[in-house]
Amino acid sequence: MAEPTMVGAGRSGQAAAHLILVLGAVVIAFPIWYVFVASTHSLQTILRPPLPMLPGSEGIANYSEALGGGINRIGGVSVGRLLWNTAFVATAIAVGKILISITSAYAIVFFRFPLRMVFFWLIFITLMLPVEVRILPTYKVMVDLGLIDTYAGLILPLIASATATLLFRQFFMTIPNELLEAARVDGAGPWRFFKDILLPLSATNIAALFVILFIYGWTQYLWPLLVTNSNSMNTIVIALRKMISFADADTPWHLVMVTCVLAILPPILVVVLMQRWFVKGLVETEK
Amino acid sequence: MRATFPHRFLPYLLVAPQLAISLIFFYWPAGQALHQSVLREDPFGLKTQFVGLANFRRVLGDPAYLNSVQVTAFFSVATAFLSMAIALVLAVQAEKILRGKGFYRTLMIWPYAVAAAIAGMLWLFLFNPSFGTLAYPLRQMGIAWDPLLNGNQAMALVIGAASWKQISYNFLFFVAGLQAIPKSLIEAAAIDGAGRTRRFWTIVFPLLAPTTFFLLVVNTVYALFDTFGIIHAVTGGGPGKSTETLVYKVYNDGFVNLQLGSSAAQSVILMVIVIALTAFQFRYIERKVHYG
Repeated sequence: MAEPTMVGAGRSGQAAAHLILVLGAVVIAFPIWYVFVASTHSLQTILRPPLPMLPGSEGIANYSEALGGGINRIGGVSVGRLLWNTAFVATAIAVGKILISITSAYAIVFFRFPLRMVFFWLIFITLMLPVEVRILPTYKVMVDLGLIDTYAGLILPLIASATATLLFRQFFMTIPNELLEAARVDGAGPWRFFKDILLPLSATNIAALFVILFIYGWTQYLWPLLVTNSNSMNTIVIALRKMISFADADTPWHLVMVTCVLAILPPILVVVLMQRWFVKGLVETEK
Repeated sequence: MRATFPHRFLPYLLVAPQLAISLIFFYWPAGQALHQSVLREDPFGLKTQFVGLANFRRVLGDPAYLNSVQVTAFFSVATAFLSMAIALVLAVQAEKILRGKGFYRTLMIWPYAVAAAIAGMLWLFLFNPSFGTLAYPLRQMGIAWDPLLNGNQAMALVIGAASWKQISYNFLFFVAGLQAIPKSLIEAAAIDGAGRTRRFWTIVFPLLAPTTFFLLVVNTVYALFDTFGIIHAVTGGGPGKSTETLVYKVYNDGFVNLQLGSSAAQSVILMVIVIALTAFQFRYIERKVHYG
């Protein structure tokens, strides 16, 4: 084999690069591997460090105990309900954001109407108002509207997204005028153009955005913490936080580890299996 | 000039949902925060009084707030630096190798999918003094390791968790940035006899500057705001306020201590910080487009 390229690394350089990457990958994967391994050991093994680095034999027992009511006992709510809450909220946030962003971007790019730019700026400025800077007043609005402990309360405030709107706007502006003119000559109205031309063209953008937004929804913390009081409305991340107590000697850590695995597995699968969309979505939404 | 549809009401209908949500959940509360920040109210909401900038004066003169500013600054700088440095090293290696790029990338992106709060919990599982597998060797070495009691150790733990989670993101952007550097430039330098290290610092690193600056802003925003979950789940701002970041303090003062005016003033200060950062980011991105 020829020297790879003039500036590529030689054989020893390649080996060194692989070594560093393997080391990096081990460090990065380790916490996740650890919690998975811990979820397959008995409580006694977990409490006697160091933990073996390979899965133990209690996996089936732990998972069936956790799924068969164990999590219900410590968290006050069934694991099915937690996963459903989280999956539903994450999906609704992703779909909702895409829906309202694509329609508002459509209006801003393909129509001319009074106040158009005012609306654009009103949407744009929300970029600068993350939940974290308006915690208390937003909570008050939720109380006034009676949205505490409701799915609407978990979803609605998070579905306005300037980023998604900007992304669609940018993409729509690259669509050639001729396309719209041709569609109009053929008698297509705004709805036909949107449905038959714009939507198919946006498919990859929508897929990429969906992956990013689903992860965003699944990993929310501050907001669900504020608007849920009842255990049955918790997301799995919040429920997990409530289960953990280092002061309490009776914490059933093996069940906590199982819950933890269940809380991180779905989004990890989404990211890994839809990697192409994920990387595209990540790199493009941030531009 | 863009071709458009002539329509009177449809466009309003199309922007209405996003606008309604923005007004109800963004502008209304932000306005409330501004309004609250100039009022003094007792926790029961019985009496309110206009106090001008007194809340701001009090917040900015409060040693606890200044401590929180310091904690946040240290936490953000350390998190941004660590996660970017590690990601850059890994991205440079990933650019060097000929096969297995996809495999490594798959392994590197996992943490992105883990919620910040859970990232904190994972690190706490590893490093908690009672059964943490990695706390165990530290204790064996004679280090009095207890992040639940020692402020510096608590800080190290939350920085570790926060950086760990952000490596994926930085890695992907550095890889994209490295791929965009023309190979011909690097080859030209190699012909001129520049060694590998010299090529990196004189060509690759400067050309990567747009990516690095962009990531610096993003990582700062991340460390300031998105790490609330880590702090809340791992340390609760403690021990003794040693990990109380600004966002955590807004939450704590507003929700736990019910100091409404102070919490609102802190919110407004944070808003100013976000606006400054966003403005900075967009100015800079415009320039990137200009040069790019």
